[in-house]
Amino acid sequence: MLELRHIDKYYNPGTVNEMCLFQDFSLKIEDGEFVSVVGSNGSGKTSLLNIICGSIDVECGQIFVDGRDITHMREYARHGRIGRVFQNPAAGTSPGMTILENLSLADNKGKHFFLGRGINEKRIPYYKEELSRLRLGLEDKLDVKVGSLSGGQRQALALLMSTMTPIEFLILDEHTAALDPKTAEIIMELTDEIVRQKHLTTIMVTHNLRYAVEYGNRLLMMHEGRTIIDAAGEEKAALGVEDLLGRFNEISIECGN
Amino acid sequence: MTLIIGILEQGLIYGILALGSYITYKILDFPDLTVDGSFPLGAAVTAAIVTAGGNPYLAFLVSALAGALAGACTGLIHVKCRVRDLLAGIIVMTGLYTVNYRIAGMANVPLFGSETAFDNAWINQLPESLSPYKTLLVIAVVAVLVKVLLDLYLKTKSGMLLRATGDNERLVTTLAKDSGTMKIIGLAISNGLVALGGSVMCQQQRFFELSMGTGTVVICLASVIIGTSVFKNVRWMKPTMAVIIGSVFYRACVALAMNIGLVTTDMKLIMAVLFLVILIVTADRKKKVKNHA
Repeated sequence: MLELRHIDKYYNPGTVNEMCLFQDFSLKIEDGEFVSVVGSNGSGKTSLLNIICGSIDVECGQIFVDGRDITHMREYARHGRIGRVFQNPAAGTSPGMTILENLSLADNKGKHFFLGRGINEKRIPYYKEELSRLRLGLEDKLDVKVGSLSGGQRQALALLMSTMTPIEFLILDEHTAALDPKTAEIIMELTDEIVRQKHLTTIMVTHNLRYAVEYGNRLLMMHEGRTIIDAAGEEKAALGVEDLLGRFNEISIECGN
Repeated sequence: MTLIIGILEQGLIYGILALGSYITYKILDFPDLTVDGSFPLGAAVTAAIVTAGGNPYLAFLVSALAGALAGACTGLIHVKCRVRDLLAGIIVMTGLYTVNYRIAGMANVPLFGSETAFDNAWINQLPESLSPYKTLLVIAVVAVLVKVLLDLYLKTKSGMLLRATGDNERLVTTLAKDSGTMKIIGLAISNGLVALGGSVMCQQQRFFELSMGTGTVVICLASVIIGTSVFKNVRWMKPTMAVIIGSVFYRACVALAMNIGLVTTDMKLIMAVLFLVILIVTADRKKKVKNHA
């Protein structure tokens, strides 16, 4: 279980540009939930993920995982139990290394990186099998440098790499936003498949309202650092894209746009 | 013939240094100026050990360790104190000037009469016909050994994580590893090799001089850039090999320039101009100038 308690987050504290994003923000995510997060730009979606992953600090409040306070745990240490896929397909892989080398690195997550052989040849059939699930033909390109793959291929690989070792949380930061509609569809289906198969607690930020409605079992809509919709189970299943769009418009009117 | 042997000797020694710089410049993408201090550091440590009658091969090892320590300092300053990469190198390089003087005891230390790695009872057992080549032979063995060990290291888990650190730091974080630690390790290995080169150089020229490090970074980067850009499309050649060849080639260019009547004091200008020519000729220029200017 992941829990944010009374989080305060300011940007540019102490300057004239000080901006309060979160004030007394709390959120609880149960094990096995697949949470879609939507909201306009600047509503705090990505900041929420960054706070959970430790990429940014909070001014006040605490973050708990299974009752353990991780507020002051360093970013890299938190990733022992977190897998993360970024919006930029280049962020999740090492472009100068081959697919095989990238997978070997990911496969070793959670273990020591000492002087053992970097590539375990015995694992190659397993890598090929995993790659063939992507249906992108990457299983025959093990020795190709990742930098020469397309954005969609790289994102699929990044998704595979981030979920290769046992993790508890999968953090998806608009991971289909930089892809063409068809590739985005493939990646989204793949994500759902992996999340179901590995029973991952997932938080997905997306601007695609249809994905937010179709996938996952809980939906959050954020606005100015608050959750204005929090629907789970049947309530979530009943939500449609129109409902979300309607709410978006209401907010815009409130803001005077 | 003497000229060619000289070029090969110097080229291979600087090849060891270039392998060190290859780690920082090409793998970690870290412009490391520490080398201007860690190169004479290796020489100073060697001068101290060898003049005291210590084992010259042990001097190689101790020099490399001293260099690794210097590199780790640069890494710690950069990672823990959040000082910019160039400045971290300049700070350690400047500090090392004093350290080197303290270690060597004097600004100039001649090694005449002491046993060196190239002139001792053991190496002198080589047949008479090989004796003009014995220095080159020892240098080549050291250079090849360093190259092979570095190749092996880069294939280990730690080595692959080091490559990933230079390539995409964020990936290392998501692999639950501290990229800062990897940078420190990379800088330590790099400067260890540079100091080892300093040790070899000191014993080969039988001389330690406090200012011998000036311009080391230029020689190293020139070698790395020549090697990696000339052999970019030669798939079977490892970059480590390319870097050593680049170093020999650069040394040959300098030797040629010296041969047309210029004197020793002109050397630094020749090196600098040659480096500029290399930067202009190779395609690396655009990307690297933008990144490091």
